[in-house]
Amino acid sequence: MATQTRPMPQTPFLRRIFVGDEPMTVGLWGMVFFIFSELMFFSGLIAAYLALREDAVVWAPTNGGHVLGADFRPVFFTILLVLSSIPMQWAAMAIRQGKRRQLRWGLFLTLFLGIAFIINTGVEWATLDFGIGDGPYGATFYILTGFHGAHVIGGLIFIFTLWLRTYLGHFDAERNTAVEAASMYWHFVDVVWILVFSLLFLA
Amino acid sequence: MATVAPTAPGYAGMRAVDVIIEWLSTTDHKKIGLLYIFTALGFALVGGAFSLVMRTELAQTGTIIGDETYNQLFTMHGSIMLFLFILPVAAGFMNYIVPLQIGAPDMAFPRMNALSYWMFAFGGIMMVSSFAFSGGSASAGWTSYPPVASNTGANAQPLGAGTDLWLVGVVILGAASTAGAINFLTTIFKLRAPGMTMFRLPLFTWTTLVTSFLVLLATPVLASALIMLFVDRNGAGGAFFDPTGQGGQVLLWQNLFWFYSHPAVYIMILPPMGVVSEIIPVFSRKPLFGYRSMVLAIVGIGLLGFIVWAHHMFTTGGVFLPFFMASTFLIAVPTGVKFFNWISTMFRGAVTLPTAMLFAIGFLMLFLIGGITGVFHAAVPVDFHLHDTYFVVSHLHYVLATGAAFGILAAVYFWFPKMIGRLLNEGLGKLHFWSAFIGANMLFWPQLMLGLDGMPRRINDYAPYGGWELMNLISTVGAFVVAAGMIPFLFNILYSWKYGEEAGDDPWEANTLEWATSSPPPAHNFDRLIPVKSERPLFDHRMVESGTGAGSASATQPAAAQDG
Repeated sequence: MATQTRPMPQTPFLRRIFVGDEPMTVGLWGMVFFIFSELMFFSGLIAAYLALREDAVVWAPTNGGHVLGADFRPVFFTILLVLSSIPMQWAAMAIRQGKRRQLRWGLFLTLFLGIAFIINTGVEWATLDFGIGDGPYGATFYILTGFHGAHVIGGLIFIFTLWLRTYLGHFDAERNTAVEAASMYWHFVDVVWILVFSLLFLA
Repeated sequence: MATVAPTAPGYAGMRAVDVIIEWLSTTDHKKIGLLYIFTALGFALVGGAFSLVMRTELAQTGTIIGDETYNQLFTMHGSIMLFLFILPVAAGFMNYIVPLQIGAPDMAFPRMNALSYWMFAFGGIMMVSSFAFSGGSASAGWTSYPPVASNTGANAQPLGAGTDLWLVGVVILGAASTAGAINFLTTIFKLRAPGMTMFRLPLFTWTTLVTSFLVLLATPVLASALIMLFVDRNGAGGAFFDPTGQGGQVLLWQNLFWFYSHPAVYIMILPPMGVVSEIIPVFSRKPLFGYRSMVLAIVGIGLLGFIVWAHHMFTTGGVFLPFFMASTFLIAVPTGVKFFNWISTMFRGAVTLPTAMLFAIGFLMLFLIGGITGVFHAAVPVDFHLHDTYFVVSHLHYVLATGAAFGILAAVYFWFPKMIGRLLNEGLGKLHFWSAFIGANMLFWPQLMLGLDGMPRRINDYAPYGGWELMNLISTVGAFVVAAGMIPFLFNILYSWKYGEEAGDDPWEANTLEWATSSPPPAHNFDRLIPVKSERPLFDHRMVESGTGAGSASATQPAAAQDG
C-alpha cells in the first residue's frame, strides 16, 4: 500500500453510506433487484389508488374516513418509522467496523420503533369507522396500509432474526451482507410509507 | 468421486428412495432445470388435451359439451399453456443452460432457485385442482376480465371458488418467476467467468437477461392486480374493478393486467429467439451475423415492450390510440433486425438440417406470420374489425405455439444431448417436425380466414349458414395432426434417454461454453474453464487445439473483429 503512487479512488458518498467501501456482494445485488420488484408491486397498488380516486364522484365515505386534523397520530408514527432508519443505518455502519455491540443496539432500537409503528397501525385498523368494503376509499386505504404493514412485519422478522444471530456470534467486519440487505430493505419500507402516507393523508 | 466418469448417471448403488429424495431436495441448477422442463411438458400435455376437446367441439356446428365446460376449457388451456408451460419450460432451459454458458458453477442463490421451482409446481397444481371444486375451474378467460370474473353487482351467475384458486395460483406463479428473475439477473451480472464480458455473452444468456428484467418489473404489477381482484371478490365488494358495485373501474384491471401481460409476450418469445440465435450459427457453420445489433434489438424489444400494453384495449375507447398504435408499429423494427441477422447468418453458410435446425427455421417462417399478423392488429382501424375474432386466436398461436413452442422444441433437440448425454433420434425428430409444421399450418391458417370473416373467439358454436364449417374442420384435423406428432416426440425422449447414440461433449461442434464440459456436466459444471476471448470461446478453443489457431489470424480474427 505504501508503494502506491496514485491515491485510492474515492468511493462516492451515497455508495459509501449504503454499501461501504467493499464491492457489493451477490446477496446485496439480489436485494437491490428484489427492491425494484417490490417498487413495481406498490406502483400497481398506487396506480389503482390514483385511478379510482381521480374518477370517484364521492371519494371519502360519508362518515368522514381517516383524515389528519384533530388526529395527529398518523404523523407521529410516520416520524417514528422514518426515524427508525437512523439506528438501522447506524447498525449497518457499525458492523462494517466489526462493532457487534453497537450493531445489537441499533437493531434493538429499530425493532422498538418498528413495533411501535405496526402496533399503531393495528390500533387504527381496529378503531376506524369504515371497512375494506366501504367503496374504493376503504378498499384502497386498507390494501395500501395493509400491504405496507405486511412489509413492515416482514422487515421486523428479518431484523429480529439478525438480532438473535448476533448472540450466536454471527456477523463481523467481513461478513455482514444480511445486515446490509436488511438495512436497504428497511429504508425501502420507510420510503414506501412516505409515499403511501402522502397519498392517503396529504394529497 | 473423482474417478467416476461424469457421464455415468451415478445412481447405480443408490436406493430408489434416496434418488427421489435427492431430486426433491436438490439445489443443483441442472436438476432444477430438468424438473422445470419435465413438469412444464406434463402440464403442456394437459393443456394440449383441452385444445383437442375444444377443436372437436368446433369441428362441426352444434354442441357436444356445454357452454360452461367450454369456458373452463379455453380459460384453463390459455392459463396452462402460458403460465404452466411456456414460461416455466423457458425458465427450465434458462436454469440449465445460462450458468453453463457463462462458466458459473451454479446460480447465485441455489436455494431460492429450488424455492422458485416448488412455488411453480404448487401454484400450478393449485390452478389445475380448481376443476375439483363446485363451479369448476376459472372460466373468465386467461385474461380474467371483470366484471366477468367479479362476483358482485350485475353478475347474475358469479364464478365460484375456481376463480379464487386461479387468482392465488397465478400470484404464487408470479412470485416464483420474480424470484427466478432476481436469481438470473444476479447470476448473469456477478457470476460470469473471467473474460466473459457483457458483449461476449451468448445470445441465449442475453435474452435471459432482458427477459428477467421484464419479469422483475412487470410481474409484481400483475400480482398487485390479482390481489386486488381477489380482495374485490372476497370482501371489498367490487370496489376496485366492478363499476356496477361501488365505483370500481374495469379499465383499471385491463391496464394493470396488460402492463404485465404484454411484456409477458416478450418474456415468452425472447428466450426462444435466444435459442434460435444459438442454433442457427452452429448449423450454418458461421458466426452470428451482427452480434451487437442482435443484442441491441433484444434490449430494444424489452424497452418497447413496456409502452405498448394498451394496444390490447383499442376497442375499449379508453386509451390514447395514436401513441399505442405508433409504439406497437415500432416493435417491428428490432424484430426485423433480428430476422435480417438470422437470415444473413444462414446466407452462404454450410447449412445442415438436423431436427434442431429444422425447428429453428420453422420458427423463422411461422413466427414471421405471427409477427406480420401482429402488425395488422397494431393498426387501429384494422383492429376494430379483427378484435375478438379468430384472427386474434390465430395470431397469438402463430406467435406462441409455432413461435415460442417451436423455439422450445428446437432447444429440446439442441440441448438434450448435453442434458442426458445421448442424441435424440433424427428420424423420429423429423417425423415430429413435419407433422408439427404441417399440422400447425392446417390448424391456424384457416383460423386467419375465419377471423377475417368475423367468427368470434371463445364461443363454442357457430351458425351453419356462414360457410365456416370447412375451415373449422380443416383446423380440427390440423390439431390432431399436431397431436399425433407428439407421439414420436415423447417416444423419442423415452427411447433416446436409454438407447440413443452417445453424444460426447460437443456433438454439434458448437460455440458456447456449455459444450466445453462433459455431457451431462458434473455437479460443479466445469473441471477447468477454457479461456474466453470472444463470444465464441469454444470455437476459438477448437481452432487452437486443431493447430489452425494458435495465433493464426484466419481462425481468430472474425470473432475478435466482431467484438470490436
